[in-house]
Amino acid sequence: MTTAFSLSGVTKRYENFALRDIDLSMPEGQVMGLVGVNGAGKTTLLRILSGLALADAGAVEVLGHAMPAQQVAAKKDLGFATEDMRLFKTRTLRWHMDFVRAIYPGWDEAYATELLRRFDLRAEQTMTGYSHGQRVKALLMLNFARRPRLLLLDEPTTGLDPVARDEVLEALADVLRDEARSVIFSSHNTKDIEQMADTITFVHDGALLASREKEAFLDDWRRIVCLGAWLPDKIAWPEIAAARQNGSILELKVRQFSDGLLKRLQAKGVEIRSTEPMSLEDIFVTTVRAGGVA
Amino acid sequence: MSRWLYGTELGGYTVYMKYAQIDPGLFLSVSDSTPMYQQIVNQITTKVMAGDWPAGQPLPSIRELASASRVSVITVKRAYAELGQAGVIVTRHGMGSFVAESRDLSTTLLRAEFTKHFDAMLASARRLGLSAEDIRRLLDEQADWSADSTEGSTP
Repeated sequence: MTTAFSLSGVTKRYENFALRDIDLSMPEGQVMGLVGVNGAGKTTLLRILSGLALADAGAVEVLGHAMPAQQVAAKKDLGFATEDMRLFKTRTLRWHMDFVRAIYPGWDEAYATELLRRFDLRAEQTMTGYSHGQRVKALLMLNFARRPRLLLLDEPTTGLDPVARDEVLEALADVLRDEARSVIFSSHNTKDIEQMADTITFVHDGALLASREKEAFLDDWRRIVCLGAWLPDKIAWPEIAAARQNGSILELKVRQFSDGLLKRLQAKGVEIRSTEPMSLEDIFVTTVRAGGVA
Repeated sequence: MSRWLYGTELGGYTVYMKYAQIDPGLFLSVSDSTPMYQQIVNQITTKVMAGDWPAGQPLPSIRELASASRVSVITVKRAYAELGQAGVIVTRHGMGSFVAESRDLSTTLLRAEFTKHFDAMLASARRLGLSAEDIRRLLDEQADWSADSTEGSTP
């Protein structure tokens, strides 16, 4: 299986922040969602993959090309959309489209026109008049229309109104139709990631907390509400990530659910009232609060 | 729009059957507490039971369904695996997935649904401490009632 990218032992130090010892890879044709709080290291990770930042240590490979040695070859098939990337204020979107088309031979004009229509953007307007949401959509359009094999999207839906967010997710879903295309995107909106991603990666404080197939993640975690005067000991019950008690009601958040666990809880005299799956957001917050073992 | 696809073998001949091109988009909701793959399983099962997707009907490819319903590929993969295990669909290597050819598929599905409810009922009866005798008595009362209602008698 070809890998879209792979990082091993990647470290990057800034004055007040360090991305430490990152091992991460993704097979081609997949969508990976990066989840993390502000300043966790998501953007740094994407910048290293894009070739815009150089790792201090470790090996980086993108679409089979070693970075930064073969970055020219990698960048042909790479799209990176981030808010930091400014568009020229006095120029029109059309001017930007022609500019990108002149550099990248893979530019698909028909698809670009389709995206303009779908994103409700006017090509002849200068960027000065664009709202934040329109700028984000313009930037995504300029990247999507190149049909790159690997799309790096930094917070593609942040700050968008609900309708624009829906349009972007729809365009992202279209990219998935082609099994040779891969996407890695970060988002504050865990619902977007939960819906679109095959693999989910938690980043916190410059380190990877977890990176797993989404279904495995959602399968393993459960919220259990029970009746009983008992609080689990953290060492004896490593499956339990969080426990809260109010009177006789006990709420457990479990990172490794199994029928066996329910039986062991019942053996402790605890009466199980409900067992339900957890949202990705809840799993992430619980993981960070529990000290980072997902 | 329609397409020709490999059908069944009859008396040594391969019979080509024509199926309508189906709309791969399912209606899924992120605010539903049912997991996404389960929503897909439920909706496809409903379509099969309702006859929207007849036996032998080719299903959309995993990628096609994922893209049209805006969910990840892995979620659809899992849903298809569960549907395969439940006997609702069959997957032929290199050809894709099809609605199972079982003649009494909808009966099988109804029976599976009944078993699920029956097991849940037994579980809550156990929690209530009801004996088998209690349940039997309740069933008899219920049976009297349904016998009455089918005769259309009025009180």
